Amino acid sequence: MRSSVIIFPGSNCDRDMDVALKKFGFKNQMVWHNDQSIPKSDLIVLPGGFSYGDYLRCGSIASKSKIIKSVIDFANSGGLVLGICNGFQILTETGLLNGILQQNKFLNFICSNVYVKVKDKQNKYFKDLKKELLELHIAHNEGNYFCSDDELKSLEDNSQIAVTYCGVDGTENETTNPNGAIKNIAGIFNKNKNVLGMMPHPERMIDKYLSGEDGSLFFKNILDNFK
Amino acid sequence: MKIKVIVTLKNGVLDPQGKAIQQTLNGMNFGNVEDVRQGKYFEIEVKEKDEKKAKSLVDDMCKKLLANLVIEDYKIV
Repeated sequence: MRSSVIIFPGSNCDRDMDVALKKFGFKNQMVWHNDQSIPKSDLIVLPGGFSYGDYLRCGSIASKSKIIKSVIDFANSGGLVLGICNGFQILTETGLLNGILQQNKFLNFICSNVYVKVKDKQNKYFKDLKKELLELHIAHNEGNYFCSDDELKSLEDNSQIAVTYCGVDGTENETTNPNGAIKNIAGIFNKNKNVLGMMPHPERMIDKYLSGEDGSLFFKNILDNFK
Repeated sequence: MKIKVIVTLKNGVLDPQGKAIQQTLNGMNFGNVEDVRQGKYFEIEVKEKDEKKAKSLVDDMCKKLLANLVIEDYKIV
């Protein structure tokens, strides 16, 4: 499976993502934001970081960069697009995903491991995943997901909520919500479920000696579903 | 021509920074501060002499980049 990771000025999780993708057998290539086109890919990843120093709004400047038109065309033709953290913020700013990531409720930068619940398995990312809960890592200042009531209803009606923050036992409430996101939302899909944006970083959980391995399950699952 | 834009959070959208500023002001004995909403201010120099045209250009910029209409409103002043 061929993947491309887009690098923006200020991306800082691009190489972690490259390492993770290659570890599980993706043929990955790095693509600069100023390029006109993306090499033939089955998956495009927008990595985490602070593209353009988070100026104006997180992800807003990157969402207008040269390469984005190709990303939007790829997404609209059904290609898999994955945005992690700042990548998720960029995807909301392009309009490929609904809503916006606002500043965390308690104004703090959060860097910690969290549990997320997989809410939908009718998609290429989580289909046949062996676990219901994943332990992943978050590191962000703007992860407080917000959208209008109408958009939320539509996300719920179409099962577009991908993952939600929860406790180790799966409880979803205010105490297991790190950033104030509505309905504990940690990640969402577009309508066709080929575009996934999420705040947690699976690429940071691919080694049992460093952190954990739930991220490995995530990447392996994408590969298995692609075959 | 210089066009000025103010972008603010929509009513009902949580503004944690505004809240923190309000609480700080209250703590500084500005007891009658009931609410603070923080926003952004832009001065945009447009190469255009016709004010109507310049404002209509800036209006387009607001919709496409300067404001995110999911949570923000904008005002051209």
